[in-house]
Amino acid sequence: MPGVEGFIYPNELELQWSVLIVLYPFITGLVAGAFILASLERVFNVEAVKPTYRLALLTALAFLLVAPLPLQLHLGHPERSLEMYLTPHTQSAMAMFGFVYLWYLMVVLVLEIWLDYRRDIVLKWRASTGLSKHLYGAMALWSDNISESALKLDDRIGRALTVIGIPSAFLLHGYVGFIFGSIKANPWWSTPLMPIVFLFSAIVSGIACILLLYFVTCWLRRVPVDMACVDTIATYLFYAFLVDFALEMLDLIHRLYEADESFRALDFMVKTRLFTSQIVVQILLGTLVPLVMLAVTQLVSLRERTRRVLYVLAGSLTMIGIFAMRWNVVIGGQLFSKSFLGYTTFKMEFATREGLLPAIVLMILPFVILWVLIRLLPPWGHGEGDRGRRAGV
Amino acid sequence: MDQDRRTFLGQTGKLLVLTASAAIAWEHVLAGRPEDAPNYRSTDHWWGMSIDIEKCIGCGTCVRACKTENDVPREEFMFRTWVERYVVDPADRDHPQVDSRNGGYDGFHEREVLDPNLKMFFVPKLCNHCTHSPCVQVCPVGATFESPDGVVLVDTAYCLGCRYCVQACPYGCRFIDPRTETVDKCTLCYHRITRGLTTACSETCPTGTRVLADLKDPKDPIHAFLREHMVQVLKPQMATGSRVFYNGLDGSVR
Repeated sequence: MPGVEGFIYPNELELQWSVLIVLYPFITGLVAGAFILASLERVFNVEAVKPTYRLALLTALAFLLVAPLPLQLHLGHPERSLEMYLTPHTQSAMAMFGFVYLWYLMVVLVLEIWLDYRRDIVLKWRASTGLSKHLYGAMALWSDNISESALKLDDRIGRALTVIGIPSAFLLHGYVGFIFGSIKANPWWSTPLMPIVFLFSAIVSGIACILLLYFVTCWLRRVPVDMACVDTIATYLFYAFLVDFALEMLDLIHRLYEADESFRALDFMVKTRLFTSQIVVQILLGTLVPLVMLAVTQLVSLRERTRRVLYVLAGSLTMIGIFAMRWNVVIGGQLFSKSFLGYTTFKMEFATREGLLPAIVLMILPFVILWVLIRLLPPWGHGEGDRGRRAGV
Repeated sequence: MDQDRRTFLGQTGKLLVLTASAAIAWEHVLAGRPEDAPNYRSTDHWWGMSIDIEKCIGCGTCVRACKTENDVPREEFMFRTWVERYVVDPADRDHPQVDSRNGGYDGFHEREVLDPNLKMFFVPKLCNHCTHSPCVQVCPVGATFESPDGVVLVDTAYCLGCRYCVQACPYGCRFIDPRTETVDKCTLCYHRITRGLTTACSETCPTGTRVLADLKDPKDPIHAFLREHMVQVLKPQMATGSRVFYNGLDGSVR
């Protein structure tokens, strides 16, 4: 059969999960990572990253709104997806997605953003006319109480929500890792390290994404980059990436040393079909190069301009590397036969329901949503998330 | 008068018999679920299959019968049951030569291996109707379920087509039917076995390789089969509680 090498079970010719399922962990990873970065400022009072606090929250929301779409598009019967809420099979890891998602979206993210922006929304409601007045009125839930005590209460609840939000973000992405890690039939996926590797790679991709978005928004708004802010974010990125890399290497070394029955098949796959995406793109370009760049910025005192260039390059490569990691997990996990005797090939389609075109649209969509959110709720301006002012202190 | 009474009784008797027959027939017509069928109780059975590798000649009749009986798409990569041919060098069991062209549908023509140092055998495969099915575990809506008589079935009116079960099956027994966009797999010919028939593959197997087994029936030959042979299941390390039992399964089989 074309594209097949060795022996595969007959039903294995077709890959079941395509590029859309690669997007799913990639997008949820960005959500979790962006939220965790925002939480640092809120819970641990890291003043330096304040300029990105609201941007990170809005980015998390924009990506979270898109997160279920690749899953929905991939289903054979999208019209039945509501059954996951109505009649979930409680033993199924996948059945819990809807609940984890709704919890995170509605209870954590939307509520936290609303509380954080409530004063701004009310002020806009008061200042605007016509349709926008109605829009902001509805967004404020027609309550214009922004007295000192009300704002203090908002702040207290918001802080409590962030404290709940951090484990929720861990849950969201650790859970996505569990969906893969709990499949004992697939040795490429089946490892208890999977949720934790997913979690750390999520943190890495979220931080890199916010770093890049911050540079882009500063450039678009023609305002200078706050170097203390990007230096701090880059430090977080470096350390999170080190942990992530260590975990991934631990997984690799463990597999190499154990060399169980699947090892030969997986080893062959990594050296052939996955060589470019795993060794070259994920490990060399997407991990080692940005790690070295970030290490240089940590160890050597460089000029601002050089640091900025290194941060943008490292951030971009990191994003590519994490995307490659998702690709290698999802697609790589389906390229070898469960007989361990053969391999199949992934053929990407273009303008089909699960093709490259919808994947590109789905990757652009969060940025369109983010643009709308930024227009509605500007994350910068007076104070850029200055809670002292919001709380009327 | 006697004649009249005889006629009357005869006609009444015929009427009663016909009514009773019609009622029983109607009950059969109405019987949507096997539990409703008067002669089938799902709790009385615990289905499985025995496969005697030494008897299989690789003719592919079972594959053809299955595709016909169950309207399985005639694609080369969609099978409810298929047959694999193994050529193994006993000194190098880790590298068996395996093929299953068109799932064995057309039968294997090379039924003997010329090299005396090699051994060749055929392995029919199907859903293992596991007692602890990974596919049942992962289905997000419970569309894949285990019937009370131990058969793993799919409710295609409920299946989302998320394909998680296909990923979870260690044996490669599931595929997506492109006509319904839902998952499909061996049902152990549930529509037949609940009517007292055997599966299409067992029915047509010319050598008696594949035999439907009812583990709850003390008279079923499966008990002697399990007792008298060294029996193995596929991938026992998966701990799925497989109920397809192989006699003569070589260690090289995956």
